[in-house]
Order: sequence, then structure tokens, then C-alpha cells
Amino acid sequence: MDWTEITLDRLLRQDVRLVSYVPDQALAKLIDGFESHPETRCFTATREDEAVAIACGGAMGGVRSVTLMQSSGFGNIANVLASLAAPYQIPVLMIITERGILGEFNPVQTPITRVLRSTLDGLSIPHVTLDDPNRVEFLVDRMASQCFNTQLPAAIIVSPILTGGKTAPGSAPSKRAA
Amino acid sequence: MQTLERVDVRSNVLDRMTLTERLVSLLHNGEAVIGGIGNSNFDLFGAGDRPENFYMLGSMGMAVPIGLGVAMAQPQRQVIVLEGDGSLLMNLGSLATVGMVAPPNLTIVIWDNGCYQMTGGQQTPSGATTDLVQVAAASGIANSHWAQDEAQFERLMQESLWSPRPSFIAARIEAKPSQSHPEFDPVILKDRFMRGIGAKPRYGC
Repeated sequence: MDWTEITLDRLLRQDVRLVSYVPDQALAKLIDGFESHPETRCFTATREDEAVAIACGGAMGGVRSVTLMQSSGFGNIANVLASLAAPYQIPVLMIITERGILGEFNPVQTPITRVLRSTLDGLSIPHVTLDDPNRVEFLVDRMASQCFNTQLPAAIIVSPILTGGKTAPGSAPSKRAA
Repeated sequence: MQTLERVDVRSNVLDRMTLTERLVSLLHNGEAVIGGIGNSNFDLFGAGDRPENFYMLGSMGMAVPIGLGVAMAQPQRQVIVLEGDGSLLMNLGSLATVGMVAPPNLTIVIWDNGCYQMTGGQQTPSGATTDLVQVAAASGIANSHWAQDEAQFERLMQESLWSPRPSFIAARIEAKPSQSHPEFDPVILKDRFMRGIGAKPRYGC
């Protein structure tokens, strides 16, 4: 199984039933998996902060909720994390696919990725990075249960090592490292 | 400051606290109410605190998506969002999401004073040119109306609680500050709300 299949399986086993997202090509398969699950509501938001707030509402309503976004969209969510999810201690789990590194071709993708982890650290939001296929199951499972049990937001960052990243327009897609 | 005539909005200017009290008096079935940042949740608190109320201390513009999330999580419970015009204008995209998802148990109430009251009364676009009811209707929330007076507001609210579609009700209101506010303790506010709507056991159970 690749990282999307493992992640989908672990999150569904942990009773995640509400998924709000702003899409990324690297998330497409995971989104398809959630959308085809009969008991899970999965839909787009117009912005990443809106997606986080929907998941916060779902979590407060008693349904385990996850938000999906790409790292560039993380730039839209500082306030909703700092003034809603973090201080209210709302267990929303974020899955963030990382761009801006490992062969990035677009200069504007790089600055936000440089402050992604330091921003999460500054808000005391725990995070892990998935970059080894052998550790995906353990890390997803443990971060999800930590988020839901401690009632604190948490983030799982997915490296291009797993997703393959995004190649320059017109160039041949690169193989995933693993 | 020059006051622009609001040509698109033909509605009487009402009192927010009076409307909030009328709204709360209609709630008899554990309806969840999300109070947006500032006067919206301050008046909600002032109209009579309830455990099913959620009070936003920050995250301006996020009342509608929070309400959408609660409505999705608890489809059997009516969810009401109270939000100001300035806050809604920060996140108009959320109306498109509500239009698309169409939760039958969600009602959005907008207090439109045409200004940022808490920061000195600076004019909002809805105080000049934007008709938020038309924006909501064009976003796919067909059940969108201006409340012309208190009686019509109450009627629209009652209809929305029975409607199988999401509703959007806006009222032009005076730019008045609130007289009270909830305790500024986010974890307590969240915990009380979750227990109030059955997402956690009640204390002592």
C-alpha cells in the first residue's frame, strides 16, 4: 500500500468522518478515498482557514475531523490556528502536503515551506513529517490518536519523498523516491 | 464622514439586542448557536446564556464554517450562526460552501450595521454598495431574506428552523456596542458548548 492508502485506512479506523479540504494533486487519491467512503462527509472549502474552521466545528460537534491542504495554503491559516484551534484546544488534524523543497521549480512556493514547521512550533502545535513509507502507518496512527485524545490540534506534513512532489510544467514527472 | 445611501437594501433599521432576545426566545429544542466575534456573541450572551451557545473570541469570519461543521456533525440538531456584516465580508466564500453542501439544519443570521462598530465605525462595503442577501442567494442559499421588522424576523427564524434547506436572514441594525460579554476563557467556552450539545457527557454523568 502507498502512503495514501495507509493514511486513509488508519484515519477511517480511528473514526474520522468529516474531511474538509483545499485540494492538491498529491492529495487527490486520499480525497477520492474519503469521498467514496459512505459514512464520511468530504468536501472542498474555498480557503484553508475556512476548511480548518469547518473541521473545528465538526470536532466540537463530536465527530473526528481532518483538514487537507498543501503547504502554500498553510499561509492562509495562521489566524484560525492562533485564535481558534490552539487556544480553544480543538482536536483538528491537518494533513499538509509539502512543496517548496526537493526540486521545486516555482520560487513563490519556497518561503512558506521554510516557516511551516517554525509556525507550528510557535503555536505549540505538534507535527510530524512523513518521508519514510515504513513509518507512515505508525506516525499517522499515533498522531491521530494523540490529537483526538489530548484534544489538541496536530499536523502531519507529507514530504515530496513520498508524494513525488510536483515537476516543472512540460518536464517529465519524476518517480517517487520510495 | 459622508454617509452613502444604501440603494439596494430597503429595510428598517432594527435593534440587535431586541432581535437577539427574540431569537433566543424561539429556541426550545437545544439548538446550537454560534456567536461570531464581537457584538454578535456579546449580545447572545446578554440575551441569556445557554450551554448550547458557542462564543467566538477571535478567528474573525469563521462563524459560518464553524456552524457548518457543527451542522454536519449533528444533523438532527438545528444550528444557528450569528455574524456581523464585517465578519461575513471577510469570508464570503463560506456562503458558496454552504450553498454547495446545503445542510438543512443551518441558519445564518447577519447583523448588518454597515460598519466596523467596534473599531470606530468605519464603513463596510455592505454599508455602501453590497447587498449581502443577494450575495447569499447568488451563492446558492435560495432561502435568503432581509428582515424588515421584528415580527418578520421572528417569522423568518421560525420558518428556518423547519425548512429542509439552509437559510440566510439579514437585518439592518443600529451601530450600538453590547452591554455585556462572556468570560474570556476559550477552553471553558468550548468544553461547556460540547457538553451542552451532547458531544461530551454532561458534568456529573
